Amino acid sequence: MSNNVIFTNIVRFVLLVLSQVLIFNHLNFFGSINPMVYIIFLYWYPIRENRALFLLVCFLLGLTIDIFSDTLALHTFASLTIAYARPVIMRFCFGVNYEFQTFTFKNTTRIQRITFLALLVLTHHLIFFTFEILSFSHILLLLKKVLLTSILTIFICVMLSSLFTVQTE
Amino acid sequence: MQQIINFILRYKNSFLYVFLGLISMVLTIRSHSYHQSKFFNSSKWLTANIYEISSNISAYFDLKEENEKLSKENQELRILLFNRDSQLVKPLDTARAKFNVIPGKVVKNSYANLRNYITINVGRKQGVRQDMGVITPQGILGIVENTSNNYSTVQSILNTKSNINAKVKNTNYFGSLVWNGERYDEVQLVDIPRLVPLVVGDTIVTGGMSSIFPEGIPIGTIKKYELNTAQSFYDIEVSLFNDMTNIGHIYVIESFDRPEILELQAETGDEQ
Repeated sequence: MSNNVIFTNIVRFVLLVLSQVLIFNHLNFFGSINPMVYIIFLYWYPIRENRALFLLVCFLLGLTIDIFSDTLALHTFASLTIAYARPVIMRFCFGVNYEFQTFTFKNTTRIQRITFLALLVLTHHLIFFTFEILSFSHILLLLKKVLLTSILTIFICVMLSSLFTVQTE
Repeated sequence: MQQIINFILRYKNSFLYVFLGLISMVLTIRSHSYHQSKFFNSSKWLTANIYEISSNISAYFDLKEENEKLSKENQELRILLFNRDSQLVKPLDTARAKFNVIPGKVVKNSYANLRNYITINVGRKQGVRQDMGVITPQGILGIVENTSNNYSTVQSILNTKSNINAKVKNTNYFGSLVWNGERYDEVQLVDIPRLVPLVVGDTIVTGGMSSIFPEGIPIGTIKKYELNTAQSFYDIEVSLFNDMTNIGHIYVIESFDRPEILELQAETGDEQ
């Protein structure tokens, strides 16, 4: 990673955490739906990463959000898990192409990118709400929350990603 | 040996994942069984200050509304003051006072999760300790959970772990106030026996059984009630007086009798 990429990612980290805890945690659409927009960090993160570093960064990202929003370590575990699962999800969305050195986000279709984002968000939310609710008797509430929050998160993330186009490789 | 090292090196990322995952699990589960996370909560210096800055900015937008609320409260207190029976007035003896009130302001509110915590801008330096009650002019808000020097986090009544002693006003039937996580303007009162005559619209207030809140602080009114599955107790839906989405000024209640009560209860518990 060049210095430039490190710098952009640090700035991104700080800005995403601040916008998440100061703005998106207080949106409360229809009473209780708050998108978790910081997941877009994992979508924007360079494809050929040092995996150990990536896991640590995502652990820290989740922990910071947790400290701000008093949610134990739920965000931490959810974002750590999707960070670990990211290569699998990418292989699923972009096919074997993704393992070649020449692969970049530019030569993927829009649908592929949105699927990638949607899978990240869905996995994250499923883990997050399962551990938040932690009871089988509330399974309907869980599914409702996962579905509604995912739709909103994906929508806002797609908006954000088209607003700030990614330049990294 | 070589093979073991190779194995570890090969799966070092998985090991790292499992290790970090375990840390977060421990943090989560320990806090599930006990309380909110002791070290990672928003009463700490950095997080609380960021929230304070943001709330200072947004406070300008509802200054007028806050002022109206405060002046309405003053009006109510003045009506009480002017209509009191002047014969009964005694000099306020601080040695015999049972409660002290510490004023404060909300810097972070939350009501959309299942376990909601509110951050307020008074802490240990102002005399706030764990397990003090927090109220607003309209009704109760929650119980102090963690404190730092200048900030505290409050476990809101909109928290599935919250359990507060409450009763129907002007009777002595006590129940527990809990929240099922569904609506932010409703809480549930359980364990009121079926022989109690209830009417929709009755006021629910705090009971005197807890040493945290004084007796008779308003909570809400009965919205509807039905018998629970065992047919012996009522499940009551209470609609709150407080608008939990819009909270500005709060009061922390310090009970001077609480240490004595707790000590006595601990002694009794030891003897059993």
